[in-house]
Parts: sequence; C-alpha cells; structure tokens
Amino acid sequence: MRIGVLVSRVRAEEKLLFEEMERRGLDFDLIDDREIIFDLQQKPLAQYDLILERCINHSRALYALKVLEEWGIKCVNRYKVADNCGNKLLTTMRLIAEGLPTPQNKLAFTPESALRAIEEMGYPVVLKPAVGSWGRLLSKVNDREAAEAILEHKETLGSYHHSIFYIQEFVKKPGRDIRSFVVGDETICAIYRYSEHWITNTARGGRADNCPITPEINDLSLRAAKAVGGGVVAVDLLESERGMLVNEVNYTMEFRNSIAPTGINIPAKVVDYLIKEAQS
Amino acid sequence: MAVCPECEAEIELKEAIKGEIVQCPDCGVELEVVSVNPVELAPAPEEEEDWGE
Repeated sequence: MRIGVLVSRVRAEEKLLFEEMERRGLDFDLIDDREIIFDLQQKPLAQYDLILERCINHSRALYALKVLEEWGIKCVNRYKVADNCGNKLLTTMRLIAEGLPTPQNKLAFTPESALRAIEEMGYPVVLKPAVGSWGRLLSKVNDREAAEAILEHKETLGSYHHSIFYIQEFVKKPGRDIRSFVVGDETICAIYRYSEHWITNTARGGRADNCPITPEINDLSLRAAKAVGGGVVAVDLLESERGMLVNEVNYTMEFRNSIAPTGINIPAKVVDYLIKEAQS
Repeated sequence: MAVCPECEAEIELKEAIKGEIVQCPDCGVELEVVSVNPVELAPAPEEEEDWGE
C-alpha cells in the first residue's frame, strides 16, 4: 500500500500524522503542492493507492482533488467534500437539505439587496466571506450605518467573491462553541472552544477543553459529516438559545490543540481510516 | 543548529523535515525549514485569503 500526503507546509498536524504512519510501517510520500506539476494527460501520481489532502489553501486542495479523482485515485477527503466544506454557502445548503438545525442565513449579490436582507433579519448580523477560515474577515454588524459601510467596502475593495453577501444570524453563545471530530462514521471526540471574543476559533487564541459527546452532539456531528459527503471532518456546533445549531464543517481539520484535552489519539484514528479506505 | 534569518538567533532543531514550520524562540517569527543537511530556514509564507481548515 502506498499513500501520498499532499501538503502546503508541514505543520504540527502533518508531523503527527507522519509519525503515526511511520509507527505503522506505512509506505508514504510527502507531496509539496508548491512543487507538484499535474501533467493532466500523463497521470504521474497513479502509483498511489490513496492520497491524503492536507493543503492549507482551499483553492489548491480543490483543484488537486479534482484532478486526482479524475485520474481515478482515491482521496481523503474527496473533491465533493472539499467543495461542500470550503464554501460556507454550499455547506449551509447541504445542512439545510439534510434537515439539520442551522443559524438563519440569507444570500444577496448587491449592497442594496444585502442591506434589505440584513434589515429583514434584524441586527446584529454576521457577514462572512463564503470562502475563508480561522475567523478571518468576519464582520459583526450592529446597525445600519455599519452595514452600509461594510457592504460598500466589501464591494469596492474585495475581489468578486466579496460581492457574494453571505449573511448569517448572530447567534448568542455561552462564551464558547463546540468542535466535534468525525472520522468515517464515528464522532471520535469533541472540544469546547472558550473565548471572550465572539469569534471562538482556537486559531485566534480560544482555549480548548474536553466536551463530552452527548447523544445530541453525536447525532448532529454524524449527520453533518454525512451531509457534506463524509470522511475526516470537524463540525462546528453552536449552543444557541433555541438549541444546538450546526454552523459549519471543516475538511482539513486541525487537531493539535485537541489531543491533550480529549485524550484521544486523533492522528491514529485518522490513519486507521486511511488504511481502511485504501484497502476498500 | 540553524540560524534565524530575522534575528540571527541560533535555533536547535531535532529531526526537522523539509517544509516544516518552526517559530524562532527569540524573535518569534514563523520560519520554514527550506532544506535539511544542513538545516536552512527562511521566513514562512504569509497567510493568504483561502487558507484554513
């Protein structure tokens, strides 16, 4: 069995995965997405039984997975999952289609229609770029003046992506959110992410604590993972006043801060899954 | 032993991998291992718009 690991850089997560694969005596190669050339007619990577995608750029991951899958190479995660998870709008549509509880969301294409959508929803609202992560470029919009300014700035200063106005209800949270980790058909662990700031990403310094997997967290996590196509994903849940909501799903999950608090060997669970997938 | 390109601090690295990201203990800048034997460090690429999970 031969596994390729597509990376942009080697972070703590990648190093943990490599160590686990070495421990299992697995044959694997590191493929640097800054050096690989996809000769589209030649299929140079055909010798791999499976490729694990760990790019840090969503755009590189998406196109690489598309090419690899067109060549018939098994990938974790699959192209469809990267597409569904990498774009918040697609994630939301998949979650709604599978009947999962989500924050209220609206989509508009001009500052004028977006302002009407915001006013219909009522302040505060959150504006998010459809593609983005680590809490980057999230705007909590508290009133009309702020809305008008932010919408104008987004349209004028950003590339065309920023005129896709993805508007989300501001969900009051108890100073934390929940991230659960799903590998295949198992919710392996979950953490609370605490932060005074309304953006709770641990990338922004949020503290991580173990979160027991209640039947509700397990159900929502597995259904959310299935909704986006499954594989190895991290599900973000919000404890809102009207019950738990699924906010988004991530497909190149970071887990370095989650091993200690949960006591779960996340890289080992991921490698188990890779072996099973490569053999199936 | 490698040298931080920003502040010239000496950085000890065990089993560094090419492409690995390390932080300079002195100045805190994010560095990337651009080659091994000998270990060479360069400032890590800056975060881009579509980076993330």
